[in-house]
Amino acid sequence: MITTERDLITIENLREVRERARVKLDGRLKGVSGIAAWEGGYKLTGPFYEKQQRVVLRNCGIIDPENVEEYVALGGYSALAMLLKDWDPKRVIDEMTRSNLRGRGGAGFPTGRKWAEAYRHDVPQKYIICNADEGDPGAFMDRSVLEGDPHSVLEGMAIAGYAVGADMGFIYVRAEYPLAVERLRTAIAEAHERGLLGERILGSDFSFDIELRLGSGAFVCGEGTALMESIEGKRGMPRTKVYRTSHRGLWDCPTIINNVETFANVPVILEKGVDWFLGIGTEDSPGTKVFCIVGKVNNAGLVEVPMGTTINEIVYGIGGGAADGREVKAVQTGGPSGGCIPKSLFDTPVDFGSLARIGSIMGSGGMVVMDDTDCMVDIARFFLDFTVDESCGKCVPCREGTKRMLELLEKITKGKGEEGDLEALSELGEVITSTSLCGLGQTAATPVISTLHYFRSEYEAHVRDKKCPAHSCKELLEYFITEKCIGCTKCARVCPSACISGKVKERHVIDASRCVKCGACQAACPTGAIIKQ
Amino acid sequence: MAEFVFDLEKNADKIQQFKAFMETQKQRKGALMPVLQDAQSRFGYLPKEVMEMIAEGLKVPMSEIYGVATFYSQFTFFPKGEYDISVCLGTACYVKGVESVLEALEEELGIKAGETTPDLQFSITPTRCLGACGIAPVVSVNGELHGHMSKDTVKELLDSYRCKNKQS
Ligand SMILES: Cc1cc2nc3c(=O)[nH]c(=O)nc-3n(C[C@H](O)[C@H](O)[C@H](O)COP(=O)(O)O)c2cc1C
Ligand code: SF4
Ligand code: SF4
Ligand code: SF4
Ligand code: FES
Repeated sequence: MITTERDLITIENLREVRERARVKLDGRLKGVSGIAAWEGGYKLTGPFYEKQQRVVLRNCGIIDPENVEEYVALGGYSALAMLLKDWDPKRVIDEMTRSNLRGRGGAGFPTGRKWAEAYRHDVPQKYIICNADEGDPGAFMDRSVLEGDPHSVLEGMAIAGYAVGADMGFIYVRAEYPLAVERLRTAIAEAHERGLLGERILGSDFSFDIELRLGSGAFVCGEGTALMESIEGKRGMPRTKVYRTSHRGLWDCPTIINNVETFANVPVILEKGVDWFLGIGTEDSPGTKVFCIVGKVNNAGLVEVPMGTTINEIVYGIGGGAADGREVKAVQTGGPSGGCIPKSLFDTPVDFGSLARIGSIMGSGGMVVMDDTDCMVDIARFFLDFTVDESCGKCVPCREGTKRMLELLEKITKGKGEEGDLEALSELGEVITSTSLCGLGQTAATPVISTLHYFRSEYEAHVRDKKCPAHSCKELLEYFITEKCIGCTKCARVCPSACISGKVKERHVIDASRCVKCGACQAACPTGAIIKQ
Repeated sequence: MAEFVFDLEKNADKIQQFKAFMETQKQRKGALMPVLQDAQSRFGYLPKEVMEMIAEGLKVPMSEIYGVATFYSQFTFFPKGEYDISVCLGTACYVKGVESVLEALEEELGIKAGETTPDLQFSITPTRCLGACGIAPVVSVNGELHGHMSKDTVKELLDSYRCKNKQS
């Protein structure tokens, strides 16, 4: 029988569907610039991609995410079909355990171990949740996967469902990602139509369905138990952890919660084999990781590299170093839960263990490059401001402690820091870290602690000398006109507070007491005579 | 903040559709969030009158609805402007100086972040990473992205929307 594009896909006809779809895909991609045939599939070309190894992002930018046939053409759903045909759930769990796939949502918990726990509990109802809340305020890895290759996530979830014995899954996705939501809706509908989700998947006797739930803008809802509260229709506050969620999670049933990127890894690991996967990355952290490299870097964007690649390679090799001819000073990893890594440690390989040893975390993959004009104290203040805003208020150390830390940091960046403030920051940090209920509080102090450790002299300059070495903190800098001034009067004309005086063709002077530090004069000066000091 | 009044008559059709939607959700586990989200997108905010309908429709006390609605920042209690300006306060945009862009917007529109102009033309909504860090600092107006913003390009941006309004 010849299948058509509307037929149900089954274990038996999958191969035929794939071959037919492949011919069409080859036809469509023929001669498309920027895409080249590679290892039986395709890859993106160009210098930015050449140094990457795209496993999770293998299909992104290549297939049409709104056409399941293109996903199938490149091997999609063949792992699921293989398991449904020949593997019992226990074998799936054993293989996932052997792969040592560590959770990509930040903490790096071994996925196989989590699944094995849920598998052990023999109850009628279990759930699978995909955490697509992507809370790191400067990163968009998960969104790219959802938008570019949604079926890989659906297939990963279905495999998890088969392995642990769940017939229902939820994807909790941020409402701020309308395109991702739309693509997921399309993908789920299409998977239903073709028998890849719903009753009797691929003609087997396994049934599994997926429902979308939208987040509503609360960072703490990315935390597993808070997310479950939110799906249950409550305020998304973390639970006190008496049970693991793989024992008692959503509506008190055993629940697997994994990150988008974790799920996207699952089908390809089983399709290509665990040994193949173990050959990529390091022993501590096999596989690849997607990073979102942004900030003061030449080539900003998504980068997928094997675990163990050095920061140097990512920031300079792929990112092209600092933008605007400046010097890279540090890179921030792990968002509000992570730390700043100074340039002197850029030969550190990026994996879960190595980053933890130098006081940061892998996190979900945000990497913000900072240059010599970025003030480390101010960056710490930025993240604390975020945490204070997002703390759910359930426990005191996090709710009150982070506020106190933020006050101290604000004081310091305004030049009002006093002897003892830095010690107070460290102490507060330790208390919050060790006594908070959930990961948000437990990691809230990391941005401060790591900058205090690596950039202490910058803090000291603020407190003691009332100077910001990066000339970034407004209250601590002065605009000054040097002798390069040719007296063109341009600066005086743009100054909003009329505090620049001087005669035509003579050196001008700024009255610092009235200057509001808007920077307009500096931007207007044709000779670069105005400096910040 | 200006007072905004919810017009029950003008919204009669929407209210009817909303109530029908609520009917379909009633039996679902954890229905409150999807219902609130639907109301937010249908009416653009959560008027008190609508929250009362939800309390009645889902048989949930008002206090619980308020509790949930105030917890999540996506829910608002006054309308958004015709042009809703999302300002990205994500890390990359911060590092690239989005603060001064926000200040300029607030000054130019005479409202603070999170507010709506009294004529309902503009609102400013602080958000996090819009996924366009490569062109930071970024603002988006009704979903349309504008990258490489600076305090000097703010007026130009607002004017382009103001004059769109005059033309139509
Ligand atoms: C405050 C907070 C926010 C979090 N946000 C996210 C998130 O946005 N996405 C995510 O996948 N995990 C997030 N996590 C981690 C989750 O709690 C959980 O560990 C993860 O979803 C498990 O999936 P994984 O093992 O596949 O990484 C967050 C944790 C905390 C404490
Ligand atoms: S640590 Fe913070 S976010 Fe977590 S439960 Fe406590 S108050 Fe809430
Ligand atoms: S920074 Fe602004 S206020 Fe100060 S001197 Fe220059 S133009 Fe005037
Ligand atoms: S714009 Fe520059 S050169 Fe001209 S008067 Fe001012 S400082 Fe001097
Ligand atoms: S941080 Fe602003 S777009 Fe990413």
